[in-house]
Amino acid sequence: MAHDHTATLEHAEHHDHSHAHDDEHHESFVSKYVFSQDHKMISRQFLITAVIMAVIAMTMSILFRMQLAWPGEKFGFINAMLGDKWGKDGVLNPNMYLALVTIHGTIMVFFVLTGGLSGTFANLLIPYQVGARDMASGFLNMLSYWFFFASSCIMLSSLFIEHGPASGGWTIYPPLSALPEAMDGSKLGMTLWLISMTLFIVSSLLGGINYIVTILNLRTKGMTMTRMPLSIWALLTTAILGVLSFPVLVSCVLLLICDRSLGTSFYLSDIYIGGRPLDNVGGSPVLFEHLFWFLGHPEVYIVLLPALGISSEVISTNSRKPIFGYRAMIGSMLAIGFLSFIVWGHHMFLTGMNPFLGSVFVFTTLLIAIPSAVKAFNYITTLWKGNIQYTPAMLFSIGMVSSFVTGGVTGIILADSTLDINVHDTYFVVAHFHIVMGLSAIFGMFAGVYHWFPKLFLRMMGKKLGYLHFWLTFVCAYGVFFPMHFLGLAGVPRRYYTNSNFPMFDNLVDINEIVTIFAIIGALAQGVFLFNFFYSMFRGEKAPQNPWNSNTLEWTTPMAHIHGNWPGALPTVHRWSYDYSKPGAEHDFIPQTVPLAEGEHDGGAH
Amino acid sequence: MKLLILIGLVLLIIAVHQLMRVIELSREFKKTKEWQITESDNTFNGKMMLTFMFVFFAFFFWQVDRWNDNSLPGAASVHGQKIDALWDYNMYLIIVVFLITNGVLFYFGYKYSGKKDTKATFLAHDNRLEMAWTIVPAVVLAFIIIFGLKYWNEITERSTDPNRLTIELYAKQFDWTARYAGKDKVLGSTDYRQISASNSVGMDTTDATGNDDVLIKNEFHIPVNREIEFKMRSRDVIHSAFMPHFRAQMNCVPGMVTEFKFIPNKTTAEMRKDPYVIQLMAGINKARSLRNEEPVEFDYILLCNKICGASHYNMQMTIVVDTEKDYSEWMAKQKAVKTLAVKTEEKSK
Repeated sequence: MAHDHTATLEHAEHHDHSHAHDDEHHESFVSKYVFSQDHKMISRQFLITAVIMAVIAMTMSILFRMQLAWPGEKFGFINAMLGDKWGKDGVLNPNMYLALVTIHGTIMVFFVLTGGLSGTFANLLIPYQVGARDMASGFLNMLSYWFFFASSCIMLSSLFIEHGPASGGWTIYPPLSALPEAMDGSKLGMTLWLISMTLFIVSSLLGGINYIVTILNLRTKGMTMTRMPLSIWALLTTAILGVLSFPVLVSCVLLLICDRSLGTSFYLSDIYIGGRPLDNVGGSPVLFEHLFWFLGHPEVYIVLLPALGISSEVISTNSRKPIFGYRAMIGSMLAIGFLSFIVWGHHMFLTGMNPFLGSVFVFTTLLIAIPSAVKAFNYITTLWKGNIQYTPAMLFSIGMVSSFVTGGVTGIILADSTLDINVHDTYFVVAHFHIVMGLSAIFGMFAGVYHWFPKLFLRMMGKKLGYLHFWLTFVCAYGVFFPMHFLGLAGVPRRYYTNSNFPMFDNLVDINEIVTIFAIIGALAQGVFLFNFFYSMFRGEKAPQNPWNSNTLEWTTPMAHIHGNWPGALPTVHRWSYDYSKPGAEHDFIPQTVPLAEGEHDGGAH
Repeated sequence: MKLLILIGLVLLIIAVHQLMRVIELSREFKKTKEWQITESDNTFNGKMMLTFMFVFFAFFFWQVDRWNDNSLPGAASVHGQKIDALWDYNMYLIIVVFLITNGVLFYFGYKYSGKKDTKATFLAHDNRLEMAWTIVPAVVLAFIIIFGLKYWNEITERSTDPNRLTIELYAKQFDWTARYAGKDKVLGSTDYRQISASNSVGMDTTDATGNDDVLIKNEFHIPVNREIEFKMRSRDVIHSAFMPHFRAQMNCVPGMVTEFKFIPNKTTAEMRKDPYVIQLMAGINKARSLRNEEPVEFDYILLCNKICGASHYNMQMTIVVDTEKDYSEWMAKQKAVKTLAVKTEEKSK
């Protein structure tokens, strides 16, 4: 591998010389804080944008949870937030309910857990952990953030238009999303949704290409692929998935735009709506579903893999043990990445797709359980005989393993097309994906924020508030999503404005109330995080260089955000990143920059 | 009054600010920093892990105890009973995995919480262990896949029973229509361009096979122990015909005809006498009486399970499973649609 680096190193050295001067330069406010090309600043921009988006999406979920627990009850604050049009007398309007559900899903999946999670940690960790001065292209990286920002603004602006935002569910299946006559949300709101998502995809591609190129080409001397931390492997796999699948969403969205605006019939056929038959013939909504889920399923892993990568780092560091089965972890990650492209049909067992095709997807989907099981067991074995240091990041990582398992096992039910008939599109599914994807990814993201806060903002977050935040969040998260399984078993469909129109659901009121109460407490608990986050950003204790006694390269950078990350030459890597508690070593960690002792083996052999 | 509140708020903010300054100043002098992890932190969180495990599992069993009897009654169709059996096996399996894996995770979190002067065991990998937890899930999954697909193929096979009853479920925003084929057992062809106020499902008025078709709203009847072949259509957007008691579900897609078949094996009257259903309905009626609502009796139901617009949450139809005799009597009372084709035929006579 080393010979790959000659070009890179020359480039880097060239940088070194110019660096001394660069540091002296006084950057303007705009080039430093706004149109920054520095990966550390871009990472912070992504994170803060994502935090704001997450708060908005979480508030939305509280509004619709109130309606579900106490349908028809009047709440002054619903009227105060939504006005007379959408919250007349304090009761949520059914159209607005669907809009909130849709935008909550869209923001959480794309803006928080894709843009926010990958954007923050790929930007922060890739140059730091592979030992690069910056991303391969700082300019494209800057564009990536600003496309993301523009896309976020457009998505939020759709909340303030006359007919309300898109409301056909985050999966925007046509014809519902294609026909303005079908619902209010399919008017201007849908157009804005489509524009916003197109910009989002541009952002994601610019970022993704950059991440891949940086990892493949800008690794420092000695940083072979098999010495890379698992966080980098995860971000690499994620970026590859994104680059291969997001373009399909562009085509999917483009054809929908054509159907909406140009009178084409890609997804439409034989429709009578608004008192007249439409001319469209020959299209099929099933085509849309194929295209959408061809992105949509890899997207699940785009959301999940960075969280798994972050947790791998955090669990290994804080167990003071090497991650168990490093190569198996890489292998299972690549297997998950590959399989994620050939399972999309499991979202479509009951859509009218040929049932034989369904059987093929059952097979491929259940295969994913194998690498997933390997990962879960490897995390648990990493804890075994460890010396666990309970940082808030470690707590969230253990929480992630728990939710990954708890939500993962119900996937075995849903992947089985036969059993899916019972619970498809019910709350059982809502419980499943919120636990396995939502909770796991957000726990991974929290773990990352607590763990790398010293590198992000050069200060430390409060530990005690971190503990409080974790335990409240963890308890409430299961309190919200676990009871939903039982709604699913009772046959309650998702995306219902209220269940009160069916006597058969009358005995489930207490489940909905418990869920909502946990949701409100859980949402308030995020106030603890927000306070800790913003307070520590400005007033937290100054961080030392390597607070967690970690091995990876980012902890060898100075405690200042300097352009080019390392003053002087780039560090040279001599070993993998998991030499924790290695027998014969003086400390319980050996940074990657420490040369191998005589007779010492690399990569876990000893 | 407002002024007082304002002054109070300002004072509060000043107080909090001063308090924080004190905390910030005092931490300068401390030896261990607030963020540093001490042994007591580890012990505390280790114990919390164990406590959480017990609370979590207790919560799980509490929910099962409290809410499992709210679940749908056992399937009322032949294939549904097979699904239920398969469901149970899978569910037991995943519950065991869920309990063991979470249990081990939290127990390790407790057992190996960090202590001073302890060193972790350096263990990078173990091929035998890793092989074990690759192969065991693979073998278990093989069984799950084989059984799942066996049933899936049976369920989705085309209906070939000559004695079957064919019913079309026609969805639109926001109601259902059931169309029976009538005496000729052939559903008349359709043409969405002919939809009008008097032709709500878009029957092709030039096709005579549709003359005897019967359109039903609100409540449709099916005979017990006979194969029912459903053909689903939609007028406007995607809907989904979900008949949870029969374990039947299929999307209704504009431009396509989708299908689902099943054999109902319990009449509505029989279901109402089922002990599980009796306790289920008792719970429902108890909840209703608390809200001063009339008690209800058990009914099979068809509901929409794919987001279709503002009134998606209220798109339903009652299903009644009759004995063959009751069904024939009910059917005899229904009127055929008599499309345009009938009128032209009559005229030509």
